Amino acid sequence: MTLVLDTTSTHLPFDIARIRRDFPILKREVAPGVPLVYLDNAATSQRPVQVIASITRYYRDHNANIHRGVHTLSVESTDMYEGERAKIAQFINAPDAREIIFTRNTTESINLVAHAWGRKFLQAGDEVVLSEIEHHSNIVPWQMLRDERGIVLRFIPMLPDGTLDLDEARRLIGPKTKLLSVTAMSNALGSIVPLTDLIAMAKAEGATVLVDGAQSVPHMAVDVQALGIDFLAFSGHKMLGPNGIGVLWGRLDLLDAMDPFMGGGDMILTVTLDRSTWADVPAKFEAGTPDISGAIGLGVAVDYLAALGMDAIRKHEIEITDYALRRLADVPGLSIFGRPNAQERGGVISFELEGIHPHDVGQVLDTHGVAIRTGHHCAQPVMAALNVPATARASFYLYNTTEEVDALVDALEQTNAFFGTGR
Amino acid sequence: MPEPSLLDDLYRDILMDHYRAPRNRGEIIAPTCSADGANPLCGDTVRVEVQLGDDHITDISFSGSGCSISQASASMMTEFAKGRSVAAALEGVEAFQQMMVTAQAPGLDGFDDIEALIGVAKFPARVKCASLAWKTLAQALLDESSAPATTDERTAAHG
Repeated sequence: MTLVLDTTSTHLPFDIARIRRDFPILKREVAPGVPLVYLDNAATSQRPVQVIASITRYYRDHNANIHRGVHTLSVESTDMYEGERAKIAQFINAPDAREIIFTRNTTESINLVAHAWGRKFLQAGDEVVLSEIEHHSNIVPWQMLRDERGIVLRFIPMLPDGTLDLDEARRLIGPKTKLLSVTAMSNALGSIVPLTDLIAMAKAEGATVLVDGAQSVPHMAVDVQALGIDFLAFSGHKMLGPNGIGVLWGRLDLLDAMDPFMGGGDMILTVTLDRSTWADVPAKFEAGTPDISGAIGLGVAVDYLAALGMDAIRKHEIEITDYALRRLADVPGLSIFGRPNAQERGGVISFELEGIHPHDVGQVLDTHGVAIRTGHHCAQPVMAALNVPATARASFYLYNTTEEVDALVDALEQTNAFFGTGR
Repeated sequence: MPEPSLLDDLYRDILMDHYRAPRNRGEIIAPTCSADGANPLCGDTVRVEVQLGDDHITDISFSGSGCSISQASASMMTEFAKGRSVAAALEGVEAFQQMMVTAQAPGLDGFDDIEALIGVAKFPARVKCASLAWKTLAQALLDESSAPATTDERTAAHG
């Protein structure tokens, strides 16, 4: 008798109670009798026991430096580290595992491109098109390169509803555009960027395209080949992985043509006192001992996400966000920034409570156990465009529940009551 | 159950009074000196303008935007500083910073209302909100440099 595997439904059922059991931190209290309601996932996610255990297991049973020794531990560590590269490549549908460069985070990934690609291939007068809703990490590296090389930065403006002005994008992207570098989703507002349209505009002009996937890769299926992009940057810590590990994916021919980012051990082929030659991709971009346990933990995080399925995760987040948008609309004095429809945004809701500064909102919410982010979210140009100094932001992930949204709404009503502004 | 007592400790009535009805808010016509302060991590800003006469603060104002704690603290700071000598005002700045670290009332003349901010010391993330206007006052008086004051804990000695 032959066992027939059902290959059409390989995902685990999306069982929220079971998922929450994997995240022990969700059971903690922030004060006696005050359970944690963690709604700051756009800043960083929590980690499941599987990820935490994989790091402990690595240090307990396998720890050694990679690519160096012939001894058993070094070989095991090397195999584990390189194995995660293949897993991550598959997760974003990259054609070749060598295209996965381990970095510290999205910021370092973008800086790597600005430094190693930008300095080699951009000349004075070349234009780099960004958008007004970028995180500072996709603005500052390009400003630094502009000051050094005389490139020109153009910004696709944000419309009042937090989306990008595509008509203006069409005007800005032209023959001088050498790079389009945009986020897939605004970390401050949750706006989902119409990448397909923007990429088509850039590719029509022969421009290179970098996508900041810090907010998209953790929350929805991302396929670098289907998108037709050249670079993708993302962080492990926002997708259940450890801190200090991030990824730059780049097309192999581009990575091959680039100069190294940092110099040192592991990135060389030969070194004499006069000169050095570079190792092949990806080692060329991974100078020094990398975060081996971080890469292993990220691989386990990717396993966890893949087992549930990114489409199921996205569907869950749409449901939570839709519920939250409806419940928050009933809180007196509360206004929401961005699109009103959960389908058009990620699980991120930025809002303000009339007459109460976001920091004060966040403070009162904390006493109710509700963790949200308040401030400018490393997106000061977005705050300037909205003409607010800061916003309060709740952001969801695969383990959040409608009960937690209820706790947020209750805490906001208490905030109104506390400041005497309940209308 | 939430802990209202902890919140009440932070948001004392006198603080909320200064927040809702700030004293000396605005600009003065011909300031002798001024300084701008900012909390880069939160986006709070404050501008302090001072008019000096005979080594005394004859007029003072603050403007900017921020949370209730930063705004109330700025309002209290201007009330304290107005009419005092530069040395006494700087002594007040020092006493305030100490209070944020030790959570002890400094017992300084004119500090009665300001001691309502002692509760802030229990909230390390908010100390920088309360300190901003005081550091900015010191910056204006010392006129050391044109660099804006900051209560960014990444660079400042005291958060």
